[in-house]
Amino acid sequence: MKELIVLSGKGGTGKTTIVAALAALMPDKVMADCDVDAADLHLVLNPQIRESHRFLSGIKAKVDEDACNSCGKCLKACHFKAIRIKRTARIDELACEGCGVCIHICPTKAISAKENDCGAWHISDTSYGRIVHAQLDIGEENSGKLVSLVKMQVRKQAEAQKARYILIDGPPGIGCPVIASLSGTTLALMVTEPTMSGLHDLKRIAGLTAHFKIPFCVCINKYDLNPEISGQIETWCREQHANLLGKIPFDPLVVESLVAGKSISEYDSPASDAISAIWQKLQLAFKE
Amino acid sequence: MQIAIASGKGGTGKTTVAISLALVADKPVRLMDCDVEEPNCHLFLRPDHMESQTMYVTVPEIDLAKCDFCGKCRDICAFKAISVFGKNIMTFPELCHSCMGCFLVCPNEAIKEGKREIGVISQGSINEIETLSGTLRVGEAMSPPLIKKLRDMTSDAMLTIIDAPPGTSCPVIAATKGADFTILVTESTPFGLNDLKLAAKLMEKLGQKFGIVINKAGIGDGSVEKWCAETGYPLLLSIPFDRKLAEAYSNGIPIIKAAPELIPAFKRLLEEVTQ
Repeated sequence: MKELIVLSGKGGTGKTTIVAALAALMPDKVMADCDVDAADLHLVLNPQIRESHRFLSGIKAKVDEDACNSCGKCLKACHFKAIRIKRTARIDELACEGCGVCIHICPTKAISAKENDCGAWHISDTSYGRIVHAQLDIGEENSGKLVSLVKMQVRKQAEAQKARYILIDGPPGIGCPVIASLSGTTLALMVTEPTMSGLHDLKRIAGLTAHFKIPFCVCINKYDLNPEISGQIETWCREQHANLLGKIPFDPLVVESLVAGKSISEYDSPASDAISAIWQKLQLAFKE
Repeated sequence: MQIAIASGKGGTGKTTVAISLALVADKPVRLMDCDVEEPNCHLFLRPDHMESQTMYVTVPEIDLAKCDFCGKCRDICAFKAISVFGKNIMTFPELCHSCMGCFLVCPNEAIKEGKREIGVISQGSINEIETLSGTLRVGEAMSPPLIKKLRDMTSDAMLTIIDAPPGTSCPVIAATKGADFTILVTESTPFGLNDLKLAAKLMEKLGQKFGIVINKAGIGDGSVEKWCAETGYPLLLSIPFDRKLAEAYSNGIPIIKAAPELIPAFKRLLEEVTQ
């Protein structure tokens, strides 16, 4: 089984557009949306949910106001500034990281742990196959753990179906959800754009995949917006011995397809042709 | 006064708005790049006199001469960063949240302060814009500690403009919490609207004042404009889609340098959000 993750470092370079296009091209696969923070792939793939589960992870502190004598020991012990004393101790749940130190230190046992219900994940069907997707609740912090759960579930689905591929829409950045989504993948496809920010961020995400020894290849989206910086990206790819799989032209049909809630692969357009060519090369890259 | 620039979706133009506001503001002004996973402000301002400082968080280091392997540190650690088996003890510094629980419970003072490098904070200046930016170490999973260290450097003496990371989870909270006003930058597409709704919910949960700026107005389906009208959330500014602006951005040129006709609009935006 081959696992492809689409990443970018910088947000808004076109990850989800390309995943939706590959979804239409790739046979025999299961998909996952690992951008659990601001997931968008469902807007294009219109998943029909088969099953939904709550995501429970870690704990939050909870104060029994009758038992609290407002001594302030918890306030001093909390390193996350999650406690204030207003008549009794009060927990700022958005700041609480669930370390439990306040529970331990409270002399009147007024603080206890409550299970943290912080998101939902789903197994759904789309016209391009099955997908596992999730939504972390607003302001929560366990995105890496939810991503790991999504990945575990998508692998289960893929094994059950004896699928040939897993296709993953990755989160932006290089932090915890990205690290969680990279783990155990076969190949990362970096989507970049010909801007100074795009190139800068590409270098950082490439550094991250190198850190975890995951091979990567690159495609440049809207390459004709700035041919000079596209050229710099090509040079950088050559220097890094990174496989540049293709360049996608700026194509107004891309936004139109998004607005229509469709994969760009369903249109006859320059961007769609370029992504088909990238898919051909990806198959070769998997063989290497 | 602190103004944060955030968005649910990435790549909508947070940095573009932050740079434009810093350029039109009365000087001195401070620009804080809190998008520490992918900081980009320096590409547009090219500050000089950059000074960098490596930042660390505290993690446990075991003094084996004092440790009696009682396991109390392991038991209190909610993040599985310490494991004890027989007469062996191991720490996993990359999992540690620096809650200091293990220091608190160790009966033998066997835990010493070790450190984990989380990234770098760079300070610079250009034309009376003081720049502060965080760069997360590649391979470091947790960005909030570095963002919090940056935010602790907010000065009351001058206006601080904060470029926040994308999303709606803990890094965004670390960057925007306590700001006097947050500008949510979006584009008027189904993705932009979906993620804007999430970001607006986060702002309501935090109890923060916020308003909306549409970037690349003219492409998409007008859904954000419609949603603002329905909900009553203030639509503060629409920046038109213009190839000239996209090209300037791509070359690391602030858009108001390429299109000075936008300067009055950004001045009005700044006035409105700092009132």
